[in-house]
Amino acid sequence: MHFLPHYPAQLWPPAASAMAGEIDTIFAVWCVVLFMLVAPVFVFMAYCAVKYRAGRPADREHREARNIRIEMTWMIVPFLITLVFFFWAGTIYLQENNPPPNAMEITALGRQWMWKFQHPGGQAEINDLHVPVGVPIRVNIESQDVVHSLYIPALRLQEEAVPGRTTELWFKADRTGAYNLYCSELCGADHALMAGTLYVMSASGYQNWLKQAGATQTLAAAGKQLFDSYGCSGCHTPNSTVRAPSLAGLYGQVVPLQDGTTVVATDAYIRDSILEPKKQVVAGFKPVMPSFAGTIPDEDMQKIVAYVESLGGSQQTP
Amino acid sequence: MTPSDYVLRDLEVPPPVIDVPDDYLHADQSLWSWFVTTDHKRIGILYLVSITGFFILGSIAAGLVRLSLVVPDGEIFTNDVYNRLFTLHGVIMVWFFLVPSIPNTLGNFLLPLMIGAKDLAFPRLNLLSWYIFMGASLFTVFVMVWGGVDTGWTFYTPLSTQYSNGWVLAAVFGVIMVGFSSILTGLNFVVTTHKLRAPGMTWFRLPLFVWGNYATSLILVLATPVLTIAMILLFVERAFGLAIFDPDHGGDPVLFQHLFWFYSHPVVYVMVLPGMGVMSELVTAFAYKKIFGYKFIAFSSLGIAAIGFFVWGHHMFYNGESPYAGLTFSLMSFIVAVPSAIKVYNWAATIYKGEIRLDTPMLYAMGWIGLFVIGGVTGLMLASTALDGHVHDTYFVVAHFHYIMVGATVVAFLGGIHFWWPKITGRMYSEPWGRVSALLMFIGFNMTFLPQYVLGYLGMPRRYHVYPPAFQPLNVLSSAGAVVLAAAYIFPMVYLIYSLWYGERAGPNPWEAKGLEWTVPSPPPKHNFETIPTVDFEPYDYPNVIPEA
Repeated sequence: MHFLPHYPAQLWPPAASAMAGEIDTIFAVWCVVLFMLVAPVFVFMAYCAVKYRAGRPADREHREARNIRIEMTWMIVPFLITLVFFFWAGTIYLQENNPPPNAMEITALGRQWMWKFQHPGGQAEINDLHVPVGVPIRVNIESQDVVHSLYIPALRLQEEAVPGRTTELWFKADRTGAYNLYCSELCGADHALMAGTLYVMSASGYQNWLKQAGATQTLAAAGKQLFDSYGCSGCHTPNSTVRAPSLAGLYGQVVPLQDGTTVVATDAYIRDSILEPKKQVVAGFKPVMPSFAGTIPDEDMQKIVAYVESLGGSQQTP
Repeated sequence: MTPSDYVLRDLEVPPPVIDVPDDYLHADQSLWSWFVTTDHKRIGILYLVSITGFFILGSIAAGLVRLSLVVPDGEIFTNDVYNRLFTLHGVIMVWFFLVPSIPNTLGNFLLPLMIGAKDLAFPRLNLLSWYIFMGASLFTVFVMVWGGVDTGWTFYTPLSTQYSNGWVLAAVFGVIMVGFSSILTGLNFVVTTHKLRAPGMTWFRLPLFVWGNYATSLILVLATPVLTIAMILLFVERAFGLAIFDPDHGGDPVLFQHLFWFYSHPVVYVMVLPGMGVMSELVTAFAYKKIFGYKFIAFSSLGIAAIGFFVWGHHMFYNGESPYAGLTFSLMSFIVAVPSAIKVYNWAATIYKGEIRLDTPMLYAMGWIGLFVIGGVTGLMLASTALDGHVHDTYFVVAHFHYIMVGATVVAFLGGIHFWWPKITGRMYSEPWGRVSALLMFIGFNMTFLPQYVLGYLGMPRRYHVYPPAFQPLNVLSSAGAVVLAAAYIFPMVYLIYSLWYGERAGPNPWEAKGLEWTVPSPPPKHNFETIPTVDFEPYDYPNVIPEA
């Protein structure tokens, strides 16, 4: 294990993104408010314990056993103060859940006990993740076995890898450097060893790394081959005899469904449609597609999704 | 009748035998009589002895975990042993100590005494509950020590259903069984509180401990079945491959998380509400003053029990949960803090202008307020969505819930045991040792768990036995604190047991406290009250004006 840092003690974690700095600010202000809420209670109790100690003469007149006004005050005022943090943190939470459309995409696959990352160019790496600085990056996370959680303290961010689902997190690192990344959800015997390093690199450094990391083909190109070999292309091409929805320009579009609802064609939707095609049938089509659950491994799935995405959509001009 | 009528044990001249009610401890001293007893006081003691045993075992597991974390490279135990240790610690402490801790010991002992009843509504059900508890807990402990389970107390699927090679099925079976004990006890308390109150004991004359106990019982009855269901589903999936949470066959692991936390968040309030009930009794007795805002405190217990059912999603902000669901659960979690805050402020107001005695139970109580407030506010930090994204599943969470589960529940339990010890045993413990222990508890606890907040914010994930060397100093500090904490646990065990034989005789009301339980002799007679009392006084009717000393 090569955990960072190499110095013997640490009191504040490094921050690699602006959002991490913002979360630090929330935390720091929270600590001040905590102190302001707690200190008066402690001081008051200590004061009473001394002043009104049994046997000590003190003014004990006008003792109250109820006072609605005071009680309503200390019920409502601290609540409103703390509510500030609900809104403040909530704003960032919504940003975290709303990745910018032009984000570079990296796939992360968790399995006992390692992380596998794949870059758009097809470069793959185990446990370590190299990313360029200043570029928004969306990590599409899947798990091959149990629940994991991709946790990068320097980004103040984590997201679970849930088998059967695609989850995502996004970030824009703005400080180059090396940072720890972990699995934070108990995943079995070597849970503690499912850790690695996030390298935030300059644009040129990243390009160099991509070259030396080597890749025979891009993720989407690999996906195209799988798209053919699993037989997807038999139906999902314009001149096919079976009537199936066209995938060209699909990604990111609003898709009308048979039951009258609509859905946005995200990574998760594409994946679900492959695994459970009968669940969300496109309006105007028959539910004839067989399920590929159990036949397509997660790694292949990520490539196929990357291919469908490469066919264009609202976020990239075809 | 006045309390002094009953101070018979202290009289030098033995009173006529005909007037001496046999106390419950001496009524029948055979061992067999304890195993077939339906006396709520004796069953309370059966629970006290058994959960103390489990507490010791769970503490040893915790001690070994802390030992392992003294070094960063995980060389002391293998990964499997470490995972089994913290699972053992978690499962034992949650289900075999914390959940039954205050309700099944003090609650069992005090509820009928406090409301003026001769026993619980269903005395034999009460004994059955103990037998189920003992069967389930001994079985589970055997399974976990002999075979070992490595899933953590959370039993997340598919780790628990498909990948773990521990004795998951047996442990899950034990957890399902112990749930029935919780449900039976909860039911018993609810019915008792409704039906067996003495004449004149209206709802707003109930001691606040009874309110806390009542709210707890409602949660036990309503939430435990959900755990039972979740665990049965887990069981059939692991045993028979019936796909429920398995995504390869259309299941969803997130469903398990929902079911699990729908029980496991409310159950935190099962641990803390009785502690709050104990607190209300301690603060008012040692301030020698009527409690401030009785109704606010009473209703806040019910409020916590009710709102506590709608916050479970805050354990899942970062598992792909819809951000709008996340925000809703976040807001509910901020709201559930309000009733807790009310209680804390009301206790502080109670000691204002009181006549404060700093005896051992009061020291525990004041420490309790400090620890609970820190644990509570850091809970609000965790409920702040984006902040949770950083500290979720780190030592920050570990520190937070130990401040609630140990700082609040265990401290209240110890405070309550000290307060009612004279009532339970008829003997006083050593006050100086008591004070030293209460102080040690406060110091040792903070030394153990404050560093863990820092570790969590630094980004140390929980359940790691291998960690970055930079985190070692704080981990060593935390482990050293655990040693102090251990002393704070061992002292009371020694001097309390010692007091059984050598302690001073207590008399019916050594603290001059109010409440029906202090009107009967210590230890109470077998059937509590010779005649059922009629209550014509308000709760906590301490004198309103203290004459100048």
